[in-house]
Amino acid sequence: MDEKQELLSLLSTDAREDIDDIARQLGTDAETVASLLDELESDGTVRGYQAVIDWDNTDSQHVAAFVELNVELDRETGYKEIADRIARFPAVESLRLVSGDYDFAIEVTGDSMQDVSQFISEQIAPIPEITQTVTHFIMETYKEAGIDFGDRDDDDRLSVSP
Amino acid sequence: MTLQPNDRVATTPESGIRKFFELAEERDDVISLGVGEPDFSAPWAARTAAIHSLEEGKTSYTANRGKLELRQAIADHVSQWGHTYSPDSEILVTTGASEAVDLALRTFLDPGDTVAVHQPTYISYKPGVRFAGGEPLSVPTGADNDFVLTPEALREAGAAEADALIFCYPNNPTGAVMSADEIAAVAEFCVDNDIDVIADEIYAALTYDGDHTSIATMPNMRERTVVINGFSKAYAMTGLRLGYAMGPADAIEAMNRVHQYTMLSAPTTAQYAAIEALRSCQESINEMATEFNRRRRFVISRFEEMGLDCFTAKGAFYAFPACGGDDEAFAENLLEEQGVAVVPGSVFGPGGAGHLRISYATGMRDLKEAMTRIESFVADR
Repeated sequence: MDEKQELLSLLSTDAREDIDDIARQLGTDAETVASLLDELESDGTVRGYQAVIDWDNTDSQHVAAFVELNVELDRETGYKEIADRIARFPAVESLRLVSGDYDFAIEVTGDSMQDVSQFISEQIAPIPEITQTVTHFIMETYKEAGIDFGDRDDDDRLSVSP
Repeated sequence: MTLQPNDRVATTPESGIRKFFELAEERDDVISLGVGEPDFSAPWAARTAAIHSLEEGKTSYTANRGKLELRQAIADHVSQWGHTYSPDSEILVTTGASEAVDLALRTFLDPGDTVAVHQPTYISYKPGVRFAGGEPLSVPTGADNDFVLTPEALREAGAAEADALIFCYPNNPTGAVMSADEIAAVAEFCVDNDIDVIADEIYAALTYDGDHTSIATMPNMRERTVVINGFSKAYAMTGLRLGYAMGPADAIEAMNRVHQYTMLSAPTTAQYAAIEALRSCQESINEMATEFNRRRRFVISRFEEMGLDCFTAKGAFYAFPACGGDDEAFAENLLEEQGVAVVPGSVFGPGGAGHLRISYATGMRDLKEAMTRIESFVADR
């Protein structure tokens, strides 16, 4: 693995490490890490750094839904054009073109079910190319971004062993 | 009096690790860098295979040598290190690599035989030699030479007269790895002096600067070497107790004779887990090794920053920094003042004195905190 790949692999495990600690783990110096990070950010490889939050542990209202979208393309409008229009809504957390029974899979968040339903019916469904929407409200999250929400750090190893 | 242990047992002291275990157990705020096993759990697919085998009622003995399917998978797996052992006759599945070491000693030693054991090393070898009726002979390795075993050290210690050598690289406790050339020199010494080798390669999958080289693959070594490995370290399966021994058919047949009378067969559930581990868990293993490598670099660079000499350990999951004084006192005070448990190097034999075994089989968060605490401990002295 080259240095860039190693850095990406480390960031995908934990992006909150400070630059000095990253440098120590990669066996390089902080300047090198900083310039690699600059490069990865400016060429659009690293798009952001976000916490993985278990919203059920908070007092805030947080509702999310997966929505399947079917679309009809025409001569002037391709997937890209439709995607651009959908992606601009801040309530759309993710947007992917997928293979299978429908075209786009999007994740939408809001403060309440009504909020999310309203957004789908008023903002997404009316887009002319969209022929069908199927909304799946998320009832429980067990794992996200590779992190198992059920896992607790119970270390039952002997504290000192040969 | 009744039930008096024999002399060999009575004169074998308790492991020096025990004291630190007890001290560490007394407190609940301890970050332990004293653990000789991975902090990961066995890969889920391997655990699932074990669960399924239990659900299907597969709870009987297996063949003495272990399930053939497992021996076949082991043979394929170890070919990456140049090993060519027949699953039918040259592989024996054991209850942990520990049983394999014990079997080898009891199978090949005659009473009074001398076994060279390089130092510092894993704490069980010397007692194992004594229990098997042999005499251990310490051969020092040191920080000046990156804890590499040399023919000169063997010769100086009188190992030319030894009957066997226990050879453990990548090494516990130092994390040292030997290069192919260095191993070739030891191999030549063994051939020239007609010394059998018990090669404990339990950390073979955990090398961070090039692949593991096995002493058994050196010229004229296959016929005089028993290679021992297992699932504990690389597959994070310590509690499943599964290892294996590989060697020429006659040697394995002889070891199996002891095994069949004393152990019968290795744990069946663990064998099912191991088959799956070899079949489908390479990705998890690689991820573990990548993570260990990051922590290794982190720990070594932190020791350098605090001014503790730490040679570049290239294998296992240990670093072995010099602590600049009495290692036992250092470890005791560190535990008392900062709540960080480490194992003093002298526990692992002469040559380990003045050093600490730092296990980095601990999550990054704890590792960082532990290094910060060690740093302030060092600064206060």
